[in-house]
Amino acid sequence: MHKLTKAALTCHGLGRCFISEKHVSAVKIISRGLVSAEHGDVYDVIISGGGMVGSAMACSLGMEPNLAGKKILLLEAGNKKVMDRVPEAYSTRVSSISPSSATLLSGIGAWEHITEMRCKPYKRMQVWDACSDALITFDKENLQEEMAYIVENDIVVASLTKQLDSMSDNVQVEYRSKVVKYRWPRPHHMAESIPWVQVTLANGKTLQTKLLIGADGPNSMVRRELGIPTVKWNYDQSAVVAVLHLSELSDTESSLVWSTSHQHAEELLELDEESFVDAINSAFWNNENQSELIETAGSLFRGTLSTMMPSAGSPRQLPPSVAGIGPKTRVMFPLGMGHASEYIRHRVALIGDAAHRVHPLAGQGANLGFGDVACLTQLLSQAAFNGKDLGAMQHLLEYETERQRHNLPMMVAIDLMKRLYSTNSVPVVLLRTLGLQATNMLPALKEQIIAFASK
Amino acid sequence: MYCRKVGRPLLGLCGPGRSYSRAAVCRQRALWLRRSQHQALSRHNSTRSPSQSTVDPDEVKRFQSLASKWWDEQGEFAALHAMNDLRVPFIRDNLLNVHRAHHPGKPLAGLRILDVGCGGGLLTEPLGRLGANVLGIDPVENSIGTAQLHASYDPDLRDRVAYQACTLEELSADGAEEQEPVADRFDAVVASEVVEHLADLETFAFCCSHVLKPGGSLFITTINKTNLSYALGIVVAEQLLHIVPSGTHDWEKFISPVDLERLLESHGFSVQCVQGMLYNPVSGGWSWTNSTAINYALHAVKPRDSLQPDRAEESCPHPEDHAAATHS
Repeated sequence: MHKLTKAALTCHGLGRCFISEKHVSAVKIISRGLVSAEHGDVYDVIISGGGMVGSAMACSLGMEPNLAGKKILLLEAGNKKVMDRVPEAYSTRVSSISPSSATLLSGIGAWEHITEMRCKPYKRMQVWDACSDALITFDKENLQEEMAYIVENDIVVASLTKQLDSMSDNVQVEYRSKVVKYRWPRPHHMAESIPWVQVTLANGKTLQTKLLIGADGPNSMVRRELGIPTVKWNYDQSAVVAVLHLSELSDTESSLVWSTSHQHAEELLELDEESFVDAINSAFWNNENQSELIETAGSLFRGTLSTMMPSAGSPRQLPPSVAGIGPKTRVMFPLGMGHASEYIRHRVALIGDAAHRVHPLAGQGANLGFGDVACLTQLLSQAAFNGKDLGAMQHLLEYETERQRHNLPMMVAIDLMKRLYSTNSVPVVLLRTLGLQATNMLPALKEQIIAFASK
Repeated sequence: MYCRKVGRPLLGLCGPGRSYSRAAVCRQRALWLRRSQHQALSRHNSTRSPSQSTVDPDEVKRFQSLASKWWDEQGEFAALHAMNDLRVPFIRDNLLNVHRAHHPGKPLAGLRILDVGCGGGLLTEPLGRLGANVLGIDPVENSIGTAQLHASYDPDLRDRVAYQACTLEELSADGAEEQEPVADRFDAVVASEVVEHLADLETFAFCCSHVLKPGGSLFITTINKTNLSYALGIVVAEQLLHIVPSGTHDWEKFISPVDLERLLESHGFSVQCVQGMLYNPVSGGWSWTNSTAINYALHAVKPRDSLQPDRAEESCPHPEDHAAATHS
């Protein structure tokens, strides 16, 4: 048994202290206060990267009631993106926001800002094959519900910034803060080191956090510093983006993403506006890639299908003709695919492009990121309600499993589509022509595809 | 929690040696003393144990090896870490039934909880994170040291979680001497995986009743005394699968829910619910179950001073919404 010695501390008559002694030595504490005091406060969550996905994560955490009172910080290396008035000209980078992403954004209060600014819902998607007459149409029944929304990336970020401004007591944001160094915590059974993640900024400040969320894009520093192996390759393609003025489809303007070889992309950028418009039109209307064999096979197949399923198939819409392009809107960026083999480590989680980078052909990149945000927020909220340490592996592993299960099939599908449509060789074209026509005739299959893409 | 049986073998373990310079030791001690005085000044009614820190290199080594035992979530205490998934919601939800949560994000704010047999603080810390003021006590000083070390890193916990190396009898005895006002007593006492290590349950129940406020809650998780609990809880868990360090439990000390209920009710408690818990060694997770044959959790309430015991609810509000009370 221990001898208890009661020592009354007469410090303003407050409290009582018990000092327990053993015969040989007393109970020891090693004070870590020394080290913590040097480095300042410990945050509960630091999000590195204030793009669409990082800002959405910050908003989402800030609005969670179970995380009220937690210290959340968003670090963005760039400037604050404020948009007092929506600019007349469209910006070139746009994203297709799926209904579930729209639900997330409206849950965090950013969607109303977006709709106030500018967004375009669409109800139908049609895909033409350059090498044959095959096409596929996606639309929701009766054209009533929106399939998805096209929103400029700048508008999404500005709306999220506006929302973050309104919750400044829950979430701190620091702009122009570039991170230069990360120090990772040792595993918990090394008792003498600081157990938190340490983030050193360019201005010399060091911050500590219980959980670091890496939302710093496809060339993520967080992922690199952790040494997480990433499966990645560059497609031999670049994307040229531009704003088009159409003669028909939409009100006035439309967005273009043209994926082609690097060389061709550079050539396209160098063309003057008229020639560029011609290039686009010829790409839509040109028949020279179609071979006789494929035409015959295609029409035969179509004939067969329509006798089997006479009612299926939506009305064909002809490809658009482009009248002009928005001035100075042409930009090019390289395309690649990347997938981090692990999304998490002890006290770290990757979200958005830092974890997975896809080809823009399906417009899914931002949606995958928003899906990460929704999943991780929900798991962190539950963990906080159970009194857990936010950086603990148990719920981070759940996040990784759930998101990898969702993201990997999507990425594989996009990559396959990209490879399938990158070739002019006859057998592949024949295969995809017939496949596309068949799929177009099967509404059940198309609904499955839409449902998967909208999750 | 695992008491001296585990403590003693662990005492002999030494981590890699470390030498401290005398200056560094003195500096740390001075800083610690200053900090502890500051904290004593700012704490009104909580009891604290600001022990001396004559930093002894051997003790440091012992802490290092102990820290790796308690807080290694895949180590020897993995099953205890996993049990938090059941016991924290159990405690939280039952307390929330009585005390409405006023602070989002801190549902247990304003409540004082005593964690008896806290060990390395595995259950103490989550309760602290939920906003309660928690005092963890354990007779094994090394465990208390480990717990204090672990909690000291987290600024949230430093203010809300305190540890003391003593037994429940000592704590309640001191309270009795000083005529502890009701406000100093606890809203809840948690004795998780403790009752099966105690020699004298009558005294335990008496002391719990003494340190609890009227209307306060007592939460116990322990092991039933059945053939099944011997087979699975001792033979399989200790000797075959090594889920629990060998020699931790003594079957004679297990108690059945019926006996425990009778004991508690003889001390004036009113048992609100009993619920069985089941450990899955494959997944490493716990789940609620209807059978209390092996592990079970119990919630009892000390009646208020008026004649009727304060019954918050008849049924046991645990996370999966099962009905309450099956005794095996």
